[in-house]
Amino acid sequence: MKFVIIIISMVLVNNYPLAQFLGICPFLGVSKDLDSSTGMGIAVTFVMVLATAVTWPIQQLLNKFGIGYLQTVVFILVIAALVQLVEMFMKKSMPALYKSLGIFLPLITTNCAVLGVCITNIDSSYNYLESLVNAFGAGIGFLFAMVVMAGVRTKLVDQSRIPESFRGVPIVLITAAILSLSFMGFNGMFS
Amino acid sequence: MEERKRIDVLLNGLIKENPVLVLVIGTCPTLATSTSVETGFGMGLAATAVLVCSNIVISALHNIIPDKVRIPCFITVIAGFVTIVQMLLQAFVPSLYSALGLYLPLIVVNCIILGRAEMFASKNGVLDSALDGIGMGLGFTLTLVIMGTIREVLGSGTWLAGDWFGLAKGFKGIPLLSNFIPGMSIMTMVPGGFFVYAIVMAAVHYFTKDKSKIRNEFGCDGCANAGNCADGECAQK
Repeated sequence: MKFVIIIISMVLVNNYPLAQFLGICPFLGVSKDLDSSTGMGIAVTFVMVLATAVTWPIQQLLNKFGIGYLQTVVFILVIAALVQLVEMFMKKSMPALYKSLGIFLPLITTNCAVLGVCITNIDSSYNYLESLVNAFGAGIGFLFAMVVMAGVRTKLVDQSRIPESFRGVPIVLITAAILSLSFMGFNGMFS
Repeated sequence: MEERKRIDVLLNGLIKENPVLVLVIGTCPTLATSTSVETGFGMGLAATAVLVCSNIVISALHNIIPDKVRIPCFITVIAGFVTIVQMLLQAFVPSLYSALGLYLPLIVVNCIILGRAEMFASKNGVLDSALDGIGMGLGFTLTLVIMGTIREVLGSGTWLAGDWFGLAKGFKGIPLLSNFIPGMSIMTMVPGGFFVYAIVMAAVHYFTKDKSKIRNEFGCDGCANAGNCADGECAQK
């Protein structure tokens, strides 16, 4: 039951791009069409779970030696190395998957949602299993937001007359504002 | 570089290549910390400090760092400075430290810093890189302060409320609107952030219409991974 609550709260209530301002860059940049946003969402979910699986034990190790302040440095390096490793592994042994997800991987290193979920797991003192579930939920929430956004944006491009100053990025931000407004309706689901 | 060009490098980041409004990078901290002028200003200064230091170190080291592992090297340098800033804030300005929370360690993945390391500092000299860092950092801070002003005045009716690094403890802020209308708290929440960002960006587009190209697409010039992309296979395009 606890796991279900964690997942639902990460997907709907604390949705990363729409309620917590994490991972906004890919949320705005890659959500142009349904295919790439699904690919990005799946890649982010995968890296989030993997990164949490690796960084959580590392934090315990850091704590044991009393060097918890090195968290930021160690985590980002581990994530960067991990992403590189996954990319190389995919290229060699899963070329088909690499073709569809590979181009998103370099973008993920600098995605603040991945580092964010690793640090959040430590800060909210989840145990190992809860951390993994939390990371998975955060990834699914990200995928969900990306897909909704892409659905809106494909309609936005050619079927609407947008004022000149709002063309491009501003109208996407307005769309995000309205989307996040509707996601606020989930607030208080678990109070 | 000549004197005149140096000034251009410094001023580029403020308006012409404003990282947040023109290059559209560093969006997460911009949206998250611009709920009030104080947090926005604090975030801007913290990021500027990291940006200037990392630009100086990276431009000094760019001949030594092998090209293939430059991104991890840059990230290490940046993460080091972020940790320093984090510890300094925790020790001397604990209120700001807790207000910025998660977004303080996330300065590491702020695209502005890695992007400038990749696009500018790894190609230019130490002095120019420092100036670029100052310009970009101030541009970031300026945007955060503008957005913070709009969101704070509309959201809570006051302006400049906060502790201000312990200089003005418990300052209630200048009541610009709070005497006339109740605050619209939606402005300090998530949708308000997206909305104000959109309005400010549209205003910039409107006023610079003739002078600079309207930014319709997310491009490579602000992307930290531009160098990594296989020929044109960018996911953002």
